[in-house]
Amino acid sequence: MELSGAEIVAQFLEDEGVDYIFGYPGGAVLHIYDALFKQDAVKHILVRHEQGATHAADGYARATGKPGVVLVTSGPGATNAITGIATAFMDSVPMVIITGQVPRAFIGSDAFQEVDSVGISRPCVKHNFLVGDVKDIADTLKKAFYIATTGRPGPVLVDIPKDITAPHIKIPYIYPESVDIRSYKPVTKGHLGQIRRAAELLLIAKRPMIYTGGGVVSSNASQSLTELTKRLGFPITQTLMGLGSYPASDKQFLGMLGMHGTYEANMAMHECDVLFAIGARFDDRVTGQLEQFCPDAQIIHVDIDPASIAKNVHVDIPIVGDVDEVLSDMLEILKTIDATPDKEALDGWWKKIEKWRKKDCLQYNRKSKLIKPQFVIEKLHEVTQGDAYITSDVGQHQMFVAQFYPFDKSRRWINSGGLGTMGFGLPAAMGVQLAYPGEQVACVTGEASIQMCIQELSTCLQYGLPIKVINLNNRYMGMVRQWQEFFYEGRYAMSYVEALPDFVKLAESYGHVGILVEKPSEVKSALEKAFAMKDKLVFVDFITDQKENVYPMIAQGKGHHEMVERELA
Amino acid sequence: MRYIISILIENEVGALSRVAGLFSARGYNIESLTVAPTEDASLSRMTIVTCGTESIIEQISKQLNKLVDVVKLNNLIEDAHIEREMMLIKINVAQVSKQELMHLVDIFRGRVIDVASDIYTVELTGTGDKLDAFIATLEEGAILETVRSGVMGIARGAKALSLQQ
Repeated sequence: MELSGAEIVAQFLEDEGVDYIFGYPGGAVLHIYDALFKQDAVKHILVRHEQGATHAADGYARATGKPGVVLVTSGPGATNAITGIATAFMDSVPMVIITGQVPRAFIGSDAFQEVDSVGISRPCVKHNFLVGDVKDIADTLKKAFYIATTGRPGPVLVDIPKDITAPHIKIPYIYPESVDIRSYKPVTKGHLGQIRRAAELLLIAKRPMIYTGGGVVSSNASQSLTELTKRLGFPITQTLMGLGSYPASDKQFLGMLGMHGTYEANMAMHECDVLFAIGARFDDRVTGQLEQFCPDAQIIHVDIDPASIAKNVHVDIPIVGDVDEVLSDMLEILKTIDATPDKEALDGWWKKIEKWRKKDCLQYNRKSKLIKPQFVIEKLHEVTQGDAYITSDVGQHQMFVAQFYPFDKSRRWINSGGLGTMGFGLPAAMGVQLAYPGEQVACVTGEASIQMCIQELSTCLQYGLPIKVINLNNRYMGMVRQWQEFFYEGRYAMSYVEALPDFVKLAESYGHVGILVEKPSEVKSALEKAFAMKDKLVFVDFITDQKENVYPMIAQGKGHHEMVERELA
Repeated sequence: MRYIISILIENEVGALSRVAGLFSARGYNIESLTVAPTEDASLSRMTIVTCGTESIIEQISKQLNKLVDVVKLNNLIEDAHIEREMMLIKINVAQVSKQELMHLVDIFRGRVIDVASDIYTVELTGTGDKLDAFIATLEEGAILETVRSGVMGIARGAKALSLQQ
């Protein structure tokens, strides 16, 4: 088969099994768009801004586990995509971004729409390539998909100069089935000796604690994690990125840990004697003050990325490997060890934990005449039977979902944890809804975040995506306001969002349905009404309590045992 | 503490900037860096001299290993090794005794590789300390220019940083 470079790109994507590609055309990718136009295996979703393309591909990838694919042009197309690439990089999401580049002869000449895409993306990609010859396009794309999806996943950018996609240069094409990169051989099988040592340490623990992160989601290890946790009978907490990979409704689950984690999870972290960290990276929002982190604990850490181990915290038993493989091996090894967890010690530990749990640290004023954001999330959980895909933007609303929407399944909770990218929620929801057309998909957002990628409402109309936008509108950048209240004596510098649009009219002008909700008594019925419109995007604008804060909270530089809790009148 | 990290890296466009970018992005220190292709033209050998605590060096090594282009890495301080640096130094001999300078060059096992009127260019190899010591023997104002290669290092004995080992 003789194909042009552009046709190779299109044919390769089909052969690689790509069903959706998110993008925006421009000069340097016109040949590729022309090739895509002539086929229908790969469906192209036209966004309204390249940031939206990357977030949509990201949402698709997080929900399905398959790589998200992006196609943008050179120059501003590439730079607009950077925020979304960095978002995917921080949360280890597999993504392949194809950027057009000016023709090879023009590279370095400050040509129209030229930017050094490989250089500008380097710090926020797992790897990137500038393709130098039409003969290298297929192999390079294969390498990109392989690198993006194996080991610790991440975004890989492939920059393709326009001249090598030209229609008149045709070369033979064969889909490269496999790839061998001598400098890239990720380890997936954990060291069995280390796994045995870890198992033995877990069995003699008096106050054990399991702490898991996004690695369990990436590795599709929910089942082995659940089996192991059940077998051991230990308490478990999860990071923001891990939520859902262990059923939140189970009684061994203590809720999220960290800055806005539960009292019981953070106290159990502080007092545990053995910490079993799985696919988590000891982020500063999780650990709090490092000097005070798990002061009495011996630490076991499983991670596929050796660089994540002992980066922030000393680890006693490091295990490099794929989480699912390591946990499966550990389950096998536990069967061969003639010992069981220390039941007496464990009973005492659970009693202590139940006492912490009784504090009910997430309580809020349920009698308020104003709509409490927590109440909206609780009702959202009720109306969707806890089974929706929820995306979010960044801020208070994101924390309220993490606290008040207990996820029982993996890949249902889709948010920007590491980079904390406002504007993520709506485009990410598009990717999720395209992957699962029949499922309930809600984007929980705030009036500040939603405006960062609001233009994608237009994309949603074009492709008939019936996302429910849950706008928690407190007329403030809530998290910024909260920090200003706590740490800047209430000087609300630029956190008040003046001149807000009428979101109902805005939704309507984009061709969608808008609902305004101002009273707590209307919350549930509005949600029911929204979800009943199965083929419509519904934008529900909840006017919420302006002064509500996220509790509990560990201030920066404090330890897990130094939480600030809500005082109810 | 000072460490020497040797890397075999794919000899590709941008490989050097991946390494340099890693150091600047993560706030690691580079004292010197040398790079050139090896006998296998598809690979480059890089020697990086850096300093930091043991845990920082461990993190630097892991982060370097994580770069897709890095094929192999070792830390030379862990084993017996040899290190060398080369210096070219241009000396104004108008004011100094040429005989004395030649004597010094001899002691340091250097060579004069270019002579112009009143200007000698000397080539010198050795450890960084030795090159520093040579500079210290020269009078102030005698040095017109110096250029140093940065440190190269290699393990003693059979141990080698290669695709085979």
